[in-house]
Amino acid sequence: MSNDIIGAAKPRIDGPDKLSGRARYAADHYPANLTYAYGVFSNIAAGKITDIDVSKAKQQPGVIEIFHHGNFPKLHRSPSNFAQQNKVDEPRLPFEDNNVYYGGQFVAMVVADTFENARNAAYFVDVSYQESEPVTSLTQALKKGAPKQAKSSRHVRGDADSAFSSAPHQVDAIYTTPVETHNPMEMHATTAYWNDGDLTFYEASQGVVFAKNTIAAVFGINPARVDARAPYIGSGFGSKLWIWPNAVAATAASRELGRPVQLVVPRAQMFTTTGHRPATHQNIKLGADANGKLQAIVHDSVNSTSFVGHYVETCGSVTKSLYDCDNVRVTHATAQVNQGTPTSMRAPGAAPGLFALESAIDELAEKIGMDPLALRKANYTETDGSKGLPFSSIHLMECYERGAKAFGWDKRNPEVGSMKNGNEILGWGVAACNWEALKRDCNARVALRADGRAFVSCATQDIGTGTYTIVAQTAADVLGLPLDKIEVELGDSAYPSGPLSGGSWASASALPAIHAAAKKAADQLKGYAVEEGAVFADADPEKITLADGKLSMDGGDSVAFVDVLQQRKVAEAFGEAYTSGATGDEYSFRSFGAHFVEIAWDPGISRLRVNRVVSAIDCGQIINSKTASNQVEGAIAMGIGMALFEQTEYDHRSGMPVNNNYAEYLVPTHADYPEDVNVLLLDYPDYKFNDLGLRGIGEIGITGMAAAVANAVYHATGKRVRDLPIRIEDLMSA
Amino acid sequence: MRDFSYMQADSVGAAVASHAKGNDSAYISGGTTLLDLAKLEVMRPGHVVDVRKTGYDQVEQLDDGRLRIGTNVTNTDLAYHPIVKEQYTVLSDALLSGASTSIRNKATTGGNVMQRARCAYFRDTSAPCNKREPGSGCSAIGGHARSVFAVLGTSEHCVVAHPSDMCVAMAAIGGVVNVEGPNGKRDIDFLDFHLLPGDTPHLEHALEADEMITHVTLNAPVKGAKSHYLKLRDRASYQFALASSAIIVATDGDTVRDARIAMGGVGTKPWRAAAAEKSLIGKAATEDNFAKAADIAFADARPTDDNAFKIPLGKQAIVRGLQTVTA
Ligand SMILES: Cc1cc2nc3c(=O)[nH]c(=O)nc-3n(C[C@H](O)[C@H](O)[C@H](O)COP(=O)(O)OP(=O)(O)OC[C@H]3O[C@@H](n4cnc5c(N)ncnc54)[C@H](O)[C@@H]3O)c2cc1C
Ligand code: SF4
Repeated sequence: MSNDIIGAAKPRIDGPDKLSGRARYAADHYPANLTYAYGVFSNIAAGKITDIDVSKAKQQPGVIEIFHHGNFPKLHRSPSNFAQQNKVDEPRLPFEDNNVYYGGQFVAMVVADTFENARNAAYFVDVSYQESEPVTSLTQALKKGAPKQAKSSRHVRGDADSAFSSAPHQVDAIYTTPVETHNPMEMHATTAYWNDGDLTFYEASQGVVFAKNTIAAVFGINPARVDARAPYIGSGFGSKLWIWPNAVAATAASRELGRPVQLVVPRAQMFTTTGHRPATHQNIKLGADANGKLQAIVHDSVNSTSFVGHYVETCGSVTKSLYDCDNVRVTHATAQVNQGTPTSMRAPGAAPGLFALESAIDELAEKIGMDPLALRKANYTETDGSKGLPFSSIHLMECYERGAKAFGWDKRNPEVGSMKNGNEILGWGVAACNWEALKRDCNARVALRADGRAFVSCATQDIGTGTYTIVAQTAADVLGLPLDKIEVELGDSAYPSGPLSGGSWASASALPAIHAAAKKAADQLKGYAVEEGAVFADADPEKITLADGKLSMDGGDSVAFVDVLQQRKVAEAFGEAYTSGATGDEYSFRSFGAHFVEIAWDPGISRLRVNRVVSAIDCGQIINSKTASNQVEGAIAMGIGMALFEQTEYDHRSGMPVNNNYAEYLVPTHADYPEDVNVLLLDYPDYKFNDLGLRGIGEIGITGMAAAVANAVYHATGKRVRDLPIRIEDLMSA
Repeated sequence: MRDFSYMQADSVGAAVASHAKGNDSAYISGGTTLLDLAKLEVMRPGHVVDVRKTGYDQVEQLDDGRLRIGTNVTNTDLAYHPIVKEQYTVLSDALLSGASTSIRNKATTGGNVMQRARCAYFRDTSAPCNKREPGSGCSAIGGHARSVFAVLGTSEHCVVAHPSDMCVAMAAIGGVVNVEGPNGKRDIDFLDFHLLPGDTPHLEHALEADEMITHVTLNAPVKGAKSHYLKLRDRASYQFALASSAIIVATDGDTVRDARIAMGGVGTKPWRAAAAEKSLIGKAATEDNFAKAADIAFADARPTDDNAFKIPLGKQAIVRGLQTVTA
């Protein structure tokens, strides 16, 4: 690979379209005859609908139809099979029956000629309920009975319980994290239309192939008749991996009415009916010897799930692999509450799980009287104990060392509350971060066209992370073309089947396929150039290089590739490639890193702020240092939010969310983002994982961040906060 | 959101006349409160009178030294007005700590004075709320009542805090709200403008039917005083105050000559702490005396289930505010 393009800090090629408003999102499409749908949502969290009176609503201007469980078409649940690419987290269909399982559930939907008329009429739909007592929190659910164990994500090695009880140093603590809501800027939305039994729909989706297959399963039709599109999405953070009731409601209404339908989920219901990170309750037990060597790790976690979906937050997914320890037990369980169904949110499992584990490691260091970084180093391993396999490529030690150096960790005074700056007490904390590296099957097509441009297409998505740009860079690298000559087509299920944009696997899955397809396209072009009567007739195609839109023979004669195509009288030279997912038979594939955080606590005014962050990340080859750093920087912001602000709050009596808007659901503002953030990307290619050596970087940055903040808070205040978010009242002295 | 009729008034007379035509009229200026609540169906005006073309968009220093602020002056313009920046630092600080730049660009002086409660139950039409539906009950009591709830001036009918930052600074400075209505003009003392909830939390202000705010006129600056607004909250920006203090202090050497203290985020109206002020006059500007004043300010505080921390936090806002202006 030539280094002027791979790894370069290229600005996003879709940036101008986004800034100028040319980029069209799911609800920016206006097919002819479009109608607008608006939901009516349950304002109780549990019970039954006893009556829906639509008489007043029907008389409102512009109303076309009002759907509810009494008249919604009979459809089918998706089998929710990951391998078949039709997974959903909430299999129940909207308007399936008169049951209410959570507040903010679709109970009716008005379709009208304008958005305003639909919304207006929605307020006139009169729904009567028979309420039952809701389960309003995980804590309450756990009081009601034992949680349900999730067998699939369990891991046991050695005998953790007895190793723990005989360990000289022990930590046994419970950590909790609240419901967090993804809150992408773009709300979930669907614009759907049918044509002779063929469905096209624009969906705010992180996976057009999954969206297509799931909707096909719901309608019981051939997926080939469905086209799901998401050329742009205003982020998702996991909430748009699978479709939610809005997609079913809009596509079905469109089929019933024979007209296009657009449905946008209002912000308030983005907190209820499109997934969230569930609440977790985690018990960690660590046992260690006097040198800090871990002898036992137990991580038993429970998360909230809904009554209409079974979602497991795998909090122990990193715990089983991160440290060298022979006796480990990791279990997961769920308990049902009357909330919408949870789903993956950036670094599912690892984000809450590492908050618990990496806080507990800090507690252990304190007990032993050891530096928390030294304790982590003492338990460093290059083997994944949960699999008995070596890591394919690990530079965690270097992350610790380079991060510590950049941060100045050696100047840390371990004494709690000892580091002062004027009115403020500074706290320094560290935590490891970690995320599994995954790679899925992928197809891609690359064409060099007679107009001098290259086209790359793949049914993966750019969810705001820079996929368009790194796809173009990958193709440019092979084809020897400048970025502005490369058109990237993503986000349409009609393109060659590509990966979900989730799990940090989109890049590692798609780029090798694109690289291979580009090579094939280049080979076809070279083949044309050496055909009888062509410019390099009878030459060895291996000797031809591609650069600046030209083919050159051994650095000598050159010809524009356009001329080769014209002479051959073809539209394009193209290649299609398929690359398979990673098997993980020989290696454990993971990414590694460490966060170093400084917080400032001003006890005189109870003000807590994050001052400074250094994050060292080992995630393989960097394709674009700008978009890669952006991912970590964004994840740091989100991790600060997780530590200090984020929490969906529910009324404990009614179970209804009370902070369901951007003003009261707190995420970090620009002013909360530290001025001094230093992201160190180690950039060691992992060729055991794939030909390009990259691993993906979307999620790792948020893992461990909340623990690093909590550990820094402890260092400043002496208060160990085990329940997120850390609130100032937790730190104010009584 | 319901349909409403709309009229853009070109004078206060036309505005008042148009407003008086029905009994479900509302004035609109920046719309950042009204449109938000109309979309939620919390406010359902049948007729909306736009006052932005009525004039009243100037900031003028009167001959007697008072500052007359037109109702249509935006929060941004007011915050950056040279006289405000120089002589009413506390007001400039308070304005700039509120909302976001884009909201402040739209929000106006009169609209800010009239902004409504930020209680989640007030904003949710399916929850009982005495402010929205008199007599329906208060969901916040026994419910979720942390960030935007008060500890001072609450009643068993309503416990929400007054949300404004600007008004807290104005309460410290003192002045009048100038209004005009069907019966002509009158002035309402700023401290009497907002009402305590008592058993009528739906009555929030002293305006009579159809009266429109034309100005807020602030008292002349206290001679030789320094002022400061300190807003404490979970995140650094774009959040209503958990507790705030607007402080104006003049000293003779180390002795406090004049002190004005108002508090935000903790009271059901912009909260002037007169007894705390009095305790400081003639006293040394020491942390000890400041802490005593803060204790006095919160002597009658009564927290909700979730916001007891606001009592120590409010005291901290006062102490640090006083320290800042006397440093
Ligand atoms: C997300 C968000 C965050 C916010 N954060 C803060 C914050 O941190 N601090 C803070 O102080 N404020 C905050 N605000 C509130 C903001 O300051 C107010 O919404 C704004 O000041 C209202 O002014 P406006 O001109 O837009 O009022 P409008 O919405 O036009 O009107 C508000 C009310 O005043 C009435 N009214 C308007 N003009 C007159 C008049 N001349 N005479 C009589 N009645 C009139 C209207 O009928 C209406 O009832 C926030 C608002 C939002 C939406
Ligand atoms: S505190 Fe006031 S605004 Fe909130 S629910 Fe109670 S009465 Fe309504």
